[in-house]
Amino acid sequence: MAYSEKVIEHYEHPRNVGSLPKEDPNVGTGLVGAPECGDVMKLQVKVNPATGIIDDAKFKTFGCGSAIASSSLATEWLKGKTVDEALAIKNTDIVNELSLPPVKIHCSVLAEDAIKAAISDYKKKQKSAATAAKEEQPTA
Amino acid sequence: MAVKLPIYMDYHATTPVDPRVVEVMVPYFTTHFGNAASRNHPFGWEAEEAVEKARKQVADLIGANPKEIVFTSGATESDNLAIKGVAEMYREKGNHIITAVTEHKAVIDTCKRLEKDGYRVTYLPVQKDGRISLDELKAAITDKTILITIMTANNEIGVIQPIAEIGAIAKEKGVLFHTDAVQAVGKVPFNVNDLKVDLASMSAHKMYGPKGVGALYVRRRNPRVLLAPIIDGGGHERGMRSGTLNVPGIAGFGKAAELCKQEMAAESTRLSGLRDYLNDKLHKSLDEIYVNGSVEHRLPHNLNISFAYVEGESLLMGINDVAVSSGSACTSASLEPSYVLKALGAGDDLAHSSIRFGLGRWSTKEEVDYVADKLANVVTRLREMSPLYELAKEGVDLSTMQWQTD
Repeated sequence: MAYSEKVIEHYEHPRNVGSLPKEDPNVGTGLVGAPECGDVMKLQVKVNPATGIIDDAKFKTFGCGSAIASSSLATEWLKGKTVDEALAIKNTDIVNELSLPPVKIHCSVLAEDAIKAAISDYKKKQKSAATAAKEEQPTA
Repeated sequence: MAVKLPIYMDYHATTPVDPRVVEVMVPYFTTHFGNAASRNHPFGWEAEEAVEKARKQVADLIGANPKEIVFTSGATESDNLAIKGVAEMYREKGNHIITAVTEHKAVIDTCKRLEKDGYRVTYLPVQKDGRISLDELKAAITDKTILITIMTANNEIGVIQPIAEIGAIAKEKGVLFHTDAVQAVGKVPFNVNDLKVDLASMSAHKMYGPKGVGALYVRRRNPRVLLAPIIDGGGHERGMRSGTLNVPGIAGFGKAAELCKQEMAAESTRLSGLRDYLNDKLHKSLDEIYVNGSVEHRLPHNLNISFAYVEGESLLMGINDVAVSSGSACTSASLEPSYVLKALGAGDDLAHSSIRFGLGRWSTKEEVDYVADKLANVVTRLREMSPLYELAKEGVDLSTMQWQTD
C-alpha cells in the first residue's frame, strides 16, 4: 500500500510524542482502541486554567503508520485551541489533511475518539476539583 | 560491503527464477514452441520430450514415479484438484474430510465450498507450537472419512507437521492423505513413500522456477488414487487435467526441481545458519520478542517473530527498504490479523506485531546484518511511542485491562 507523503512525514517525524503527568488536574488523558484490534492511542492535553486554552498535547500510539500520523496531527491541531474548539475537530478533517484511503478511515475515527476522551477526562477532573474545593470551604 | 537495496526477504511469497532455469525455458518460447499434444510432427515431439523430462525431474525430487505427476497451473489448482477430485470420486464411500485451521486458503476455502455441497469438514485446531495433535486426528476419523488434508510446512510460520505420522495413521485407517507441500518441497527432504502421502501439491515459483506452473502428485499404487477432474477438455495429463501444457513453464519447473535436489542439503544448512544468526541477533538487541511456532519443527529458511508492543505495519514502514511480510491486519483489507497466528493462541495483539522473514538462495549475511540492525532501531523507536510499552513498563498487566472498543 502506498502512503501519502504527509503520512510518511508524520511517521518519520512524529510531533509531540510523550506523556504528561496523568495526576495533574489540568491534564486530560484519553486512551482508546484495543491491542487486539491493532490500534491503541493515548492522547493527552494540558489546559491553561487561566485562559482555558490547550497549552500542550502529547500522544503515544500503537498502530499502523496512518494511526501514528492521525494522532500526531491531532496533537498539532490541539495546541492553541480552546477545549470547545478541540471538540469540533472531526475525523474527516484528519482524513482530508492526510489523504487517508478508505481502509484507514478507522485511524482518524480513533484519533477523534482520543481527543474526545482526553477532553472528557479533563472536564471530569475539573468538576471533581470544583466539588472538592466547595466541600473544603469552611462553613462557619 | 554495502548491501544492495531493497533487500528481498520474502521467499515464502515467491522466489526469483534461477538463471539456470531461465536458460532451459527460453527455447520453448521460440524455436521449440510446439504443442506437447501434437503427436504427428517434430515440433510436438520436442515439446513432449521436454515435458516428460521435467516430469521425471519433479518425480525424482519427491521419490515418485513420473507417471504420478500431473502438471497444473500452480498449487492452488493442485489443492483444488486433489480435494474436489477425491470428494467427487469417493462420494459413495463417504463425505467427511479432515483438515486443520492453519491450512492455506486454497485448502480451507476449497473445503468450505464442499461443505456447501453437503460434505462434512473437520478443522483440527493446532497446539501452541503450530502442529496438530495426532490423537485429535485419530479421534476425528470416522467410517465416512475419505480424505485427510494437512499441509507439510506452513507458509507463515514455517512449522512442519508430523507428516510421516499422519501418513501412517491415514494408511492404517484406509483414508487418503493429501498434503499441500508447496513450502517444503525442494527445501527439506520430502519423499512420498517414506511419508506415505497419496497426493501432494507443489508449485514451481516457490522453488526458483516460474510462476503459473505447479504439479499434483497422485499415487498410482498402494492405493491407486482416482480423481474426478475439475477442468474438462482434451483429456491431457491422463484425463486429470485438460488444457494445453505450459511447456516452457514445465521445462523450467523440471530444471528448478533438479537444482533443488542437488543443492538442498547445502542450501538448507546455509539458510538455517543465517536464520539462526538473524534470530540470535534480534534477541540480543531487543527484549520481549517471541518466535511464533515450533523452532524445532520448522523450515530452515523461515523465521516469524512477534515484536511485542509494536504494530506490524508501522514496523514494515520503518524498514521500507526490506521486503518482508506481516501478520498484521493492516497489511490486508480484511482488518483481521493472521488466522494462523491467532490459531496458535498467542493473542491478537502479538499477531498484529508479527513479521515473517523468508530467506532464500540469494540471501547473504550482510543482508541479515542490515535487517537486524535496522529492525532493532525501528522497534526501539516505535516502542518509545507505544502506549502499550509504557503501560507494561509501569507494571500494568495488559491482558487484564479494560479496553475501550466500540
